[in-house]
Amino acid sequence: MPNTLNMVQAINQALMEEMEIDETIVVYGEDVGVEGGVFRVTQDLQKKFGEKRVFDTPLAESAIVGSAVGMAVNGLRPIVEMQFSGFSYPAFNQIISHVARMRNRSRGKYYLPMVIRAPYGGGIRALEHHSESTEALYAHIPGLKVVIPSTPYDAKGLLISAIRDNDPVLFWEPKRIYRAFKQEVPEGPYEIPIGKAKIIESGEDITVVSWGAMVRDVQKAMDIVKKKDISVELIDLRTIAPMDRESFVESVKKTGRILVVHEAPKTLGVGAEIISIVNEKAFLYLEAPPTRLTGFDTTFPLPRGEQHYIPTPERIAKTIEDVVRY
Amino acid sequence: MLFDEYNPLDNKMYKVLDHNGKLVKESDYPDLSDDELLYLFKTMLYERTIDEKALSYQRQGRMLTYAPNIGQEAAQIGSAYAIKKDDWLVPAFRELGAWLIKGVPLKNIYLYWYGNEWGSHFPDGVKMLPVSVPIASQLQHATGIGMANNIKGEKNVVMTYVGDGGTSHGDFHEALNFASVFNAPVIFIIQNNQYAISTPRKVQTKSKNLAMKSIAYGMPGILVDGNDLFAMYNASKAAVERARNGEGPTLIEAYTYRLGAHTTSDDPTKYREDKEVEEWKKKDPILRFELFLKSKGLIDDEWIEKTKAELEKDVTTTFEEIEGKSDTEIDDIFKFTYEKMTPQLEEQLFEYKAFLEGGKK
Repeated sequence: MPNTLNMVQAINQALMEEMEIDETIVVYGEDVGVEGGVFRVTQDLQKKFGEKRVFDTPLAESAIVGSAVGMAVNGLRPIVEMQFSGFSYPAFNQIISHVARMRNRSRGKYYLPMVIRAPYGGGIRALEHHSESTEALYAHIPGLKVVIPSTPYDAKGLLISAIRDNDPVLFWEPKRIYRAFKQEVPEGPYEIPIGKAKIIESGEDITVVSWGAMVRDVQKAMDIVKKKDISVELIDLRTIAPMDRESFVESVKKTGRILVVHEAPKTLGVGAEIISIVNEKAFLYLEAPPTRLTGFDTTFPLPRGEQHYIPTPERIAKTIEDVVRY
Repeated sequence: MLFDEYNPLDNKMYKVLDHNGKLVKESDYPDLSDDELLYLFKTMLYERTIDEKALSYQRQGRMLTYAPNIGQEAAQIGSAYAIKKDDWLVPAFRELGAWLIKGVPLKNIYLYWYGNEWGSHFPDGVKMLPVSVPIASQLQHATGIGMANNIKGEKNVVMTYVGDGGTSHGDFHEALNFASVFNAPVIFIIQNNQYAISTPRKVQTKSKNLAMKSIAYGMPGILVDGNDLFAMYNASKAAVERARNGEGPTLIEAYTYRLGAHTTSDDPTKYREDKEVEEWKKKDPILRFELFLKSKGLIDDEWIEKTKAELEKDVTTTFEEIEGKSDTEIDDIFKFTYEKMTPQLEEQLFEYKAFLEGGKK
């Protein structure tokens, strides 16, 4: 029977399979135990592995992350959940001041094999603070890894790599596509390496770099521009930090053009980093200004306005065309 | 029992030795041999010597910013002596005596304050986390270590430290709450030295004492004379026993005083009266313990002079071992950010080295 799963199910399966293999893995956070998480990502984990390894905590993000630091130092592999990435700020101090630094601070004596999972991004008509794209905040910090999957298959393989990694990984899950589509996902654990992007489609005229839920919107845009004979090379970055620079630098050397599409605000976003790298490493290959299409430099709007905020396939298509016709 | 007798709501302070080194509670004479008493006293003198030498090196421009412990030796040594080698110690930054008891070599400690991360790479078997500068944040790690012990079924316990200022932090609340909810074997020691840099204790909280904060978390708390080595040891030992027996965390307020500055960058004359400092000097924990040991006939002035001279020699030699030889290796700055250097880090290191090599030509 084919194992066809959506992203929620794929992540759940990754957690199940890894917990089966590795008894040092514990999963905890707000409502992850009895309820199985507000998005049901951790469903049935507590039933299967018991309350010692899967449990609900008091409502305190700093303690969830801070205690995971202690657990990781003391021989466990904690996987903790921030209920939404927009609720990770109370834990900011722990993440920046300790999670990112323990290995360096102790010159390698202590290190933190831990994963912080969080649903992130907009598009689900949620309340305030439930729609932020926070990847740039964390990708800027030395010592952290930031991973964002765009498909069920990738979500499983990337999460397994994150769990097995001896460094802390922030695993940001694009909740807009949690249940958007299903995909064949192999049973049994497999790894997709952290720090490697994926060329989703090869093309000639322009390189488009994106990640998370936006990858699907870029694919829809590609259907539009295909009719205008524009051939797009689509790269799913998959890991925000450490970024796979080679993937898009080599691609730009071929296409001469680059567009970065992300949901987070434009100014000082991940797109700025990607374009700087292109300027440093592929400047003479460029035939058009490297371009970003992103969320606005505004607070993410409440549901009645979010359709304006997230770049749509139509806007992406238009921007691709503009860059190609520059 | 001790915790029932000293309910923090009564604001009653637990004392065993008074300022003159007299036992005020004979029934609570601790289970320490004469050799242990001498070892503890010697460690107090060692701590004082390390501080005084570091301050003098700092004034001479040979040491960087340093946070002295003078006046808080009993609070640190008395508590830390209640845990065993297999137990964890999670420090803030002003617990030198506890670190020494835990077995951290002075060379590590001086190297840290001298400005090199290798100071925090402790020898194998020393179960202590590195210094944590962000106030109260370390308490969460202590709780996590304790929770992990429960999950793994291990019996060791965790001792952790925070200052009076740290009790105002959200992390203090969260860590104590988690520890209690998850029955984590953690002993929280508040070193109430009366000041958070310049801010006096009364500005931190309206609570009569800090120990009573334990009550809301459903854990025992006790207010202890932090300059009384015996009281600190007894209270800590009782808390360690509770933790080891699976009875969960305890909060201990060590009521003490920072006789020196917050760090060498601070001038305490700006925020407190000399008179107050002079009063507390009379309560110096080392003086008190010295009087006790003399009355017991265990030491005399000659012993003290000889011991101090030995310790000073040890401290001087150790400092000279690191002085001028402890600049950071360039590779070390890059090597420990991740398990394996990222291509970005490799490139930055390569470019920097190329610049340096070019500069030599």
